[in-house]
Amino acid sequence: MARKLKLRIWRGDSTNGALQDVVVDANEGEVVLDVIHRVQATQMGDLAVRWNCKAGKCGSCSMEINGKPRLACMTQVSAYGDDETITVTPLRAFPVIKDLVTDVSFNYRKAMEIPSYSHPANLKPGEARMEQIDVERSQEFRKCIECFLCQDTCHVIRDHEENKKSFAGPRFFIRIAELDMHPLDTLKNRKKTAQEEHGLGMCNITKCCTEVCPEHIRITDNAIIPMKERVVDEKYDPVRWLGSKIRKREGIV
Amino acid sequence: MTNLEKYKYDVVVIGAGGAGLRAAVEARESGLSVAIICKSLFGKAHTVMAEGGAAASMGNVNSGDNWMVHFRDTMRGGKFLNHYRMAELHAKESPDRIWELEVWGALFDRTKEGKISQRNFGGHEYPRLAHVGDRTGLELIRTMQQRIVALQQQDARDHGNAESHMKVFSELTVTEVIKENGKVAGVYGYWRESGSEVLFEAKSVIIATGGVGKTFKITSNSWEGTGDGHALALKAGANLVDMEFLQFHPTGMVWPPSVRGILVTESVRGEGGILTNNVGERFMFKYIPEVFKNIYADNEAEADRWYLDQDNNRRPPELLPRDEVARAINSEVKAGRGSEHGGVFLDVSKRLSAEVIKKRLPSMWHQFYELAGVDITKEAMEVGPTCHYVMGGVEVEPDTAAAIGVPGLFAAGEVAGGMHGSNRLGGNSLSDLLVFGRRAGMGASEYAKKNSENPVSDAALKAAAARIEAPFSRTGGENAYSLHAELQEITHNLVGIIRTGSELQEAIEKIAAIRARSANIAVAGDRKFNPGFHLAFDLDNMLLVAESTAKSAILREESRGGHTRDDFPGMNNKWRQVNHISSFDGDKVSVRAQALLPIPKELFDLFDIHELEKYMTPEEITKGGSN
Ligand SMILES: Cc1cc2nc3c(=O)[nH]c(=O)nc-3n(C[C@H](O)[C@H](O)[C@H](O)COP(=O)(O)OP(=O)(O)OC[C@H]3O[C@@H](n4cnc5c(N)ncnc54)[C@H](O)[C@@H]3O)c2cc1C
Ligand code: SF4
Ligand code: SF4
Ligand code: FES
Repeated sequence: MARKLKLRIWRGDSTNGALQDVVVDANEGEVVLDVIHRVQATQMGDLAVRWNCKAGKCGSCSMEINGKPRLACMTQVSAYGDDETITVTPLRAFPVIKDLVTDVSFNYRKAMEIPSYSHPANLKPGEARMEQIDVERSQEFRKCIECFLCQDTCHVIRDHEENKKSFAGPRFFIRIAELDMHPLDTLKNRKKTAQEEHGLGMCNITKCCTEVCPEHIRITDNAIIPMKERVVDEKYDPVRWLGSKIRKREGIV
Repeated sequence: MTNLEKYKYDVVVIGAGGAGLRAAVEARESGLSVAIICKSLFGKAHTVMAEGGAAASMGNVNSGDNWMVHFRDTMRGGKFLNHYRMAELHAKESPDRIWELEVWGALFDRTKEGKISQRNFGGHEYPRLAHVGDRTGLELIRTMQQRIVALQQQDARDHGNAESHMKVFSELTVTEVIKENGKVAGVYGYWRESGSEVLFEAKSVIIATGGVGKTFKITSNSWEGTGDGHALALKAGANLVDMEFLQFHPTGMVWPPSVRGILVTESVRGEGGILTNNVGERFMFKYIPEVFKNIYADNEAEADRWYLDQDNNRRPPELLPRDEVARAINSEVKAGRGSEHGGVFLDVSKRLSAEVIKKRLPSMWHQFYELAGVDITKEAMEVGPTCHYVMGGVEVEPDTAAAIGVPGLFAAGEVAGGMHGSNRLGGNSLSDLLVFGRRAGMGASEYAKKNSENPVSDAALKAAAARIEAPFSRTGGENAYSLHAELQEITHNLVGIIRTGSELQEAIEKIAAIRARSANIAVAGDRKFNPGFHLAFDLDNMLLVAESTAKSAILREESRGGHTRDDFPGMNNKWRQVNHISSFDGDKVSVRAQALLPIPKELFDLFDIHELEKYMTPEEITKGGSN
């Protein structure tokens, strides 16, 4: 049952590092995070890896497994061939702190740049009335566990440090979309600022972000594309723009 | 010490789960400066795992609901060991706390009228749990995380710096609450990333560190649940109350090892899942307690008919309360009738078609298919009890959340005790975090406004620093990973779901032995993001928690809620009048009995006298409340 697994782990810090080969027992049904923990407990007591829930719910254990951005706690060892070496490396889009742990503070800075939800001034707690069908669009985006795998995979910043300043990334495009589609939010022009201030225009809809999202959020189809389309619409059709804002207000009774 | 990293805040909050974030928001809104410290990244605390919902008697689905009904349900659930005042505040304030989340942008599922939808849950008389699909905890965390960002954006506008008045220090572990002149003066800790040390001077400190699940071998909790706050409070001179009470959820996954403990939702049984042992026997019929015999079916034919006709048949015994089912599963396994991996079988495939299973239990189907390679539409799941929640915790003043005995210290959330008595109802934790998180924020702010700065002395600093350095200066000592595994084995086998006096005695001795050995832990490598080093500190906390639990459990000679004694089966009304208070003298934990406050008349009168007779002694009943 237990088999010997060949694991290749990137070890190092911001100054230098290298892949190291280890052989570790892997039991039936284990995920990559389990074998990393076994390496930690038996061979490398100081191997750094970030995790928390081990149930795919917190988005902490993001790394690259054989080059693909994945959650280590949701990746079965058995998904790889018996003789295959599994290579684990830190997220490439973010600076390494140590071993598999990267500095993801970029994302928290971007979160700070997006104007917050703005509740209607005259609507008291408990008075909100919204249809299920109207909240569902934003709820899809609120499933996000902030694993930042979409950010890691997006070519606009993956190997382009220089773009980070002007590009919020797919995680924050869905945040803007979520607020924009929120039935009660009163802030105007979210789509426009997505385009003008948060770099939506730099996205060329490759859909790589959607492919890696462990929550299966349709980032491109349901957030990016509708926002891009409507930015275009709004530029040419002020009446339609007004219409969309009025519809949004209907939720308030 | 000259280049030590130092900060000064009015209020320091340890913990960024639901309770910590709600406390921080309150303290900042009252005009004070606030530091939020957490072991994980911001937005990833254990609270994100909560699924079912947050209980609040908004009455959106059944207008018969109100705070009094919720209060009664909570007291019943806790078998009347709850602090009545906490249960009262919780029941009264939960609706406002949920509505306020909506003002901050939360999007709960809706009813047809467009109000917040509420779902049924065990022990709640009416549909009461506000929810967002099966990710309610994530919604809570994200909403408050975004509220904090909003407050920081306001600070950026007002003061030119988003972090001028409130800052999140993530991946930082607090190792000590420092006191000077008998009052809180600050906290000390280390960055997990670099291992370097940090001092926070503060007028008041709020502990909101969550639970203790990692003390046990099988748990639904994340790694953060190492009882840090329980231990920090004990070491600072505060008390823990009722640490014998732990909630074991009957159905956690048991196989493969990687997923052991992960929750299998109660709805699997609700949808018709049956429990069997390794000889194919549907064993729950053997475990129906006397008091439930009139509502649970004693034969398969009737139990099966219930799914089609609930009016004329009794319920299947798989749907008995959580603690009953957990104990039954445990007995089957102990008797050698368990599954290969130490659980029992839960099978829904024989009752429902593959299609229906996938439609009604999508996440369970996915969870087993992805993680266990089990297709629950065709085969049985292996399940067993998993350590889920600690009812015991820091003894606090209900209205302010102030820790009793330590001026300037506050506690809220799972780390605080009293609210849930001997057993917590599902959904009552998330609302507890909001109600008492806010109250802790208010209490700590009021205290900070009334008290002047209380500087940390060099002596205290040196002592705190020495403790962090210690494991590095030893070589060839004990390995923290193996000691942790040994501790989990002891708690699992001897302080687990079914306890006996002799086993608890054995546990107390064994825990003390591990604690002695842990003083000799050596850590390999350097300080930089070193999990072996982190575990050394977490382990020390878990050992104190385990000691407190075992010592409280051996004293309570009855079975009630999350504490079952094989040698003292059944509830004893005399024990309802007693809380167990743990304190720490720097060397060992001692536990003493303390009388519960009597329930005031207006709350007493909310109950039917015949119900109270089940829990209270005749003398208490005649007195009829305290005033
Ligand atoms: C699978 C699962 C499902 C659940 N579902 C529900 C549900 O549906 N409804 C319900 O009401 N309850 C539910 N619960 C229970 C509920 O989720 C928890 O009780 C609750 O989230 C605890 O919140 P908290 O704020 O007290 O602490 P936590 O969310 O546990 O947060 C603790 C915080 O403290 C920090 N911390 C800890 N120690 C230190 C230290 N030494 N230094 C610095 N920071 C520290 C951590 O990093 C973390 O930020 C569930 C629990 C589980 C496991
Ligand atoms: S679709 Fe846009 S945001 Fe997503 S990965 Fe491609 S370029 Fe990046
Ligand atoms: S959108 Fe998906 S991939 Fe991106 S951070 Fe959120 S959960 Fe992760
Ligand atoms: S550890 Fe939480 S998502 Fe993997």
